[in-house]
Amino acid sequence: MTDRDADNPIIRLVHVHHTYGRLTALADLTFDVAKNEWVFISGPSGAGKTTLLKLLYFGTRASAGEVIVDGIPLAHLRRNGVPRLRRKCGVIFQDYKLIPGRTVFENVALVLEAAGCERRLISKKVRAVLRMVGMEGHADALPPRLSGGEQQRAAVARAIVGDPKIILADEPTGSLDEESARAVLDLLQTAHIRGATVIIATHDKGMIRSIGGRVLYLNQGRIYAAGHVERHYDRMVL
Amino acid sequence: MIAWYFKRAIEDILANRFLNAVTIATISLAILIVGFGVLFVENTGDVLAAWKRGARIMAYLKPNATAGAVPRLKWAIQSIDGVATARFIPRDQALAHLRAQMRRQASLFDHLAENPLPDAFEIRLLPTDEGWERIERIAARIGAFADVDDVEYGQQWVATFRSIVDLLRLAGIVTAGLFLLATVAIVANTIRLVIYSRQQEVEIMRLVGASEGFIKAPFYIEGLIQGFAGAVIGLGILFAVFSLLAAGAEQSAVVGLFEIRFLSAEMIAAIVATSMIVGWLGCYVSLSQSLRS
Ligand SMILES: Nc1ncnc2c1ncn2[C@@H]1O[C@H](COP(=O)(O)OP(=O)(O)OP(=O)(O)O)[C@@H](O)[C@H]1O
Ligand SMILES: [Mg+2]
Repeated sequence: MTDRDADNPIIRLVHVHHTYGRLTALADLTFDVAKNEWVFISGPSGAGKTTLLKLLYFGTRASAGEVIVDGIPLAHLRRNGVPRLRRKCGVIFQDYKLIPGRTVFENVALVLEAAGCERRLISKKVRAVLRMVGMEGHADALPPRLSGGEQQRAAVARAIVGDPKIILADEPTGSLDEESARAVLDLLQTAHIRGATVIIATHDKGMIRSIGGRVLYLNQGRIYAAGHVERHYDRMVL
Repeated sequence: MIAWYFKRAIEDILANRFLNAVTIATISLAILIVGFGVLFVENTGDVLAAWKRGARIMAYLKPNATAGAVPRLKWAIQSIDGVATARFIPRDQALAHLRAQMRRQASLFDHLAENPLPDAFEIRLLPTDEGWERIERIAARIGAFADVDDVEYGQQWVATFRSIVDLLRLAGIVTAGLFLLATVAIVANTIRLVIYSRQQEVEIMRLVGASEGFIKAPFYIEGLIQGFAGAVIGLGILFAVFSLLAAGAEQSAVVGLFEIRFLSAEMIAAIVATSMIVGWLGCYVSLSQSLRS
């Protein structure tokens, strides 16, 4: 990480609050994520991890505070600017969000079609990425017919197929056995090496400990602890 | 990209076959009715035009008009815009003609001390597509000449016929408008149901960065396809019915004066285009109601 990158974070949150009705899901979050950083968001269930990711891909507008993603201040984002932001972000949703009536291939291809890619290229890229997640045999299957783990791998394929600048992964290994989880993390690490900024929300302490790096520990919507696993092991409550 | 949108639209239509069949049938029905109206208007327009081509104005001269006035008047009438010929009919000739026509009652005329008929001009007009107003205008100008006593151009029955046709036309336009409006609503409803069944898909497409245009294009194409299919089917039925009726009419030879024709190519194109616009509008209405993000 160069100094310039530190001055010019790809994600910046300043005093961000988010409420659902009367419930405060996030309170006074302030932090930066540098370009090409790898960050874990951790914390117990209901801490606000999913909500935080949601703010980043503009799934919802922050109730208060400033969210800046790749130079775009989201508070002033207009409707027609949303697709451009979302194409920068490959999101692995906690509930996968695959289109039930479309095949795995079509679900993954959708990202490239929406981005206006050429047909031949789409087919090639989708096949390659399905092979990477070990789903090439299920290309023509409909998501509801797949196991949770298979659906999750399809969701991972969709998130990385467009080579996004930012990958937002919400419990990306939640439904996977150890081996598949390892494979998915390898893919995310490959994307990271190729320049993507990766943010992973998880309460899988084992995963965080084995990979290490920066962690934001949320509790009841607040940053309870932050730092690097290696340096702040105790405070991480891991 | 267009091909992809088309693929999506066709998939949608096939996935919602029943809904689409109902919509297309409704559009066909509306087009059939509108087509009938247009057919009627085009053909009655022909009758009127045929009449207008042979339009004739009679100008009766005042009894005290001098013989010297006739050539001057003839020249003046012929120089009016739209007049083809003006033929002078002396009163004697008119009487002789009348006598010849009423040979049986010829004795009636024997007792006439003098010819009661006036001198007259028979004026024929140049054929144009212009309406009735032109004949009225020309007649009024002729009537304004000092030596002309009266003009006659069969105002009454033509005016009646015309006002009936006008009324039918108006009724036709209003009905067609209402039918098309109703069709827009029906298409809007189908697309709304389709969107409803695709709500989740649309939401996910948005989440992965699809633009509104990308999401909506297949729906618009669906509307256009429905409009096109409806027009083709509706006009097809109209043509079949027309062919049957026309064959019957030819045998009865009632309509020897003019031929009945099917819609012109331009009109068919216009109807198909209108129908597609209806499909598009239906889509627009339902998208602007149900695809808000
Ligand atoms: N759409 C919503 N409407 C209302 N409340 C919500 C909504 N989404 C989340 N919440 C609430 O906001 C809080 C934070 O939820 P969030 O999903 O961000 O937690 P999380 O850290 O992702 O939890 P988990 O580990 O179980 O996924 C919770 O109390 C949750 O009930
Ligand atoms: Mg969550």
